[in-house]
Amino acid sequence: MRHIISILIENESGALSRVAGLFSARGYNIESLTVAPTEDPSLSRMTILTWGSDDVLEQITKQLNKLVDVVKVVDLSEAPHVERELMLIKVRATGKDREEMKRMADIFRGRIIDVTETAYVIELTGASSKLDSFIAALDAGLILETVRTGVCGVGRGDRILKV
Amino acid sequence: MISGAEIVIRCLQEEKVDCVFGYPGGSVLHIYDALFKQEQVKHILVRHEQAAVHAADAYSRSSQKVGVALVTSGPGVTNTVTGIATAYMDSIPMVVLCGQVPTAYIGQDAFQECDTVGITRPCVKHNFLVKDVKDLAVTIKKAFHIAATGRPGPVVVDIPKDITAQMCDFEYPKSIQMRSYNPVVKGHLGQIKKAVQMLQEAKRPIIYTGGGVILSDASDKLAQLARKLDFPVTNTLMGLGGYPATDRQFVGMLGMHGTFEANNAMHYADVILAVGARFDDRVIGNPEHFGGEKRRVIHIDIDPSSISKRVKVDVPIVGNVADVLDEMLKLMDGGFKTDPEVADWWKQIDEWRGRKSLAYRQSEHIMPQFVVEKLYEVTGGDAFVTSDVGQHQMFAAQYYKFDKPRRWINSGGLGTMGVGLPYGMGVLMANPDAQVACITGEGSIQMCIQEMSTCKQYGLPVKIINLNNGMLGMVRQWQEMFYSKRYSQSYVTSLPDFVKLAEAYGHVGMKIERPEDVEPALRKAFTEHKDDLVFMDFIIDPAANVFPMVAAGKGLTEMILAEEL
Repeated sequence: MRHIISILIENESGALSRVAGLFSARGYNIESLTVAPTEDPSLSRMTILTWGSDDVLEQITKQLNKLVDVVKVVDLSEAPHVERELMLIKVRATGKDREEMKRMADIFRGRIIDVTETAYVIELTGASSKLDSFIAALDAGLILETVRTGVCGVGRGDRILKV
Repeated sequence: MISGAEIVIRCLQEEKVDCVFGYPGGSVLHIYDALFKQEQVKHILVRHEQAAVHAADAYSRSSQKVGVALVTSGPGVTNTVTGIATAYMDSIPMVVLCGQVPTAYIGQDAFQECDTVGITRPCVKHNFLVKDVKDLAVTIKKAFHIAATGRPGPVVVDIPKDITAQMCDFEYPKSIQMRSYNPVVKGHLGQIKKAVQMLQEAKRPIIYTGGGVILSDASDKLAQLARKLDFPVTNTLMGLGGYPATDRQFVGMLGMHGTFEANNAMHYADVILAVGARFDDRVIGNPEHFGGEKRRVIHIDIDPSSISKRVKVDVPIVGNVADVLDEMLKLMDGGFKTDPEVADWWKQIDEWRGRKSLAYRQSEHIMPQFVVEKLYEVTGGDAFVTSDVGQHQMFAAQYYKFDKPRRWINSGGLGTMGVGLPYGMGVLMANPDAQVACITGEGSIQMCIQEMSTCKQYGLPVKIINLNNGMLGMVRQWQEMFYSKRYSQSYVTSLPDFVKLAEAYGHVGMKIERPEDVEPALRKAFTEHKDDLVFMDFIIDPAANVFPMVAAGKGLTEMILAEEL
């Protein structure tokens, strides 16, 4: 099962390595990981996309809670939530491909944020599956570079992760 | 204003630390200078930093106080890693203060620099790098707080040299609040009620207890509960002494080298009350085999991640063992009755006991089991026994009947050879008048043998019981049983003369080769040489093996017993 774990953690140096080290030491998967300070600069929020059985997920949340710097842990995917990922993709845009790329970006509601004579950089936000579909829809030979932020998400409505 | 180094010492004084184990070096010179100028905190100079941490660890295990070690940067720190990992696996509260190169040099590959926080991170409960002298006192306060509360563990504080030279006002915080760290103490009352109900319904119950009982100082409460229930009790290796071994209800240690009755009772129980134990691989053997029986499990542990980690639990109770047991006892005050069928279960257990799985044959050589039995007699069962790791450790656990907690000091989780002698030092610093025996082998003792020098300097009269079979016994046992007797690198052909070696360090050495000399030698060591370190080199039967044995990957009931070979 795919799970999105959200963590509030003290914004101390080394906090990221404690979490990453825990995952590697205990053999848990990290599909993606994002981290940045919250509106309270003393706290960081980390989002980890992981895979595992219910038993493994139970251990992951328990082990994360055991880290002294971790303030709160929530499995977002346990309840209604919204998730987004941002991708920047640089594509070759020459000749007839130039118009095609513009059209594809529009269809996927992406934005072209950099234009040169030979390339576009397209910004695309959405669920990870949408970003995957966009990549699949392009001619692989035209993709020069992709960079993705990894998933971040929040619970819906009154589900709030805060200290 | 006082210097950072003085702050470190003042903090230790505030924490009522009476002794630290350490080794000086460049990065901690300011701290050692501050240490020199006071008398409250004693310092034990070890011969290798690993021993400093082991000794601090045993100081803690044998006294309930937080052990403290002090080492320099770089190699000083890397030498402590084995000791820190050992304490971490057994949840021992400890603070390790490490020197670090000056702040401006960090990351420059400076002389004796290493990434202390990075290297120790996976084997500490928490660690800190102090970057500002203003944070020093509060960080040390946090370190002691984190080490001793919740599930205890070692905490490392890395202190750059320039921080120890800077001046700052000193104020030691009385208490500490951390929004990210609030360990649970009390168990959930609803869960405890469920557990009590389940205990009433049990027909084939067992109380299975581990190191958590000892760490939580809950052995009295456990004894009360066990008496009230009249259920059989088994201890893990780490739990020995948590319940009196001479008590009728005690069925012995369980696990890989557990008794026939303990392993069968654990396997066939319909209700297991697990208290401060974690169902590890050496305890339940193959989890699939163990999971084959239908049973219900109540698990009390302060660490939620220990619950349902290897065995599915029906009634999880997160909390401090002593508090939870207390609550349970209160609930049992009125109208609590156990099932009469438990009497049949006791009959079954007595039948298993009849197998006498710890019986062993005597031989013309000294049997290691015999030495431990004699040690038990000579010390009146009242010694602190430290051990190293291997066959001798199992013999000690099986044949020395621990009636009190904190008397059995060994590396259960990590299984670290070499801990025995420094453990003896730590025990003696915390309990100066105690009888301390270090049961070891000729393999393990040589891993920290240099500490005989420390023992001389501080007059620490550890009695070293060297069960010498000229073999790395446990390795040899596995090779004999599972590798067609191909004894690859498991014997030593050039052992030192341990008697002379002990004498060279200024101690008393004895070599004992005949069974009839065992008891007189032990008596002499504990009376005439009460105040001396005595190295007793027992030349034992090289063929002796540890039984019963549950081979790796086998189930608890698939024991190999001594007479089957």
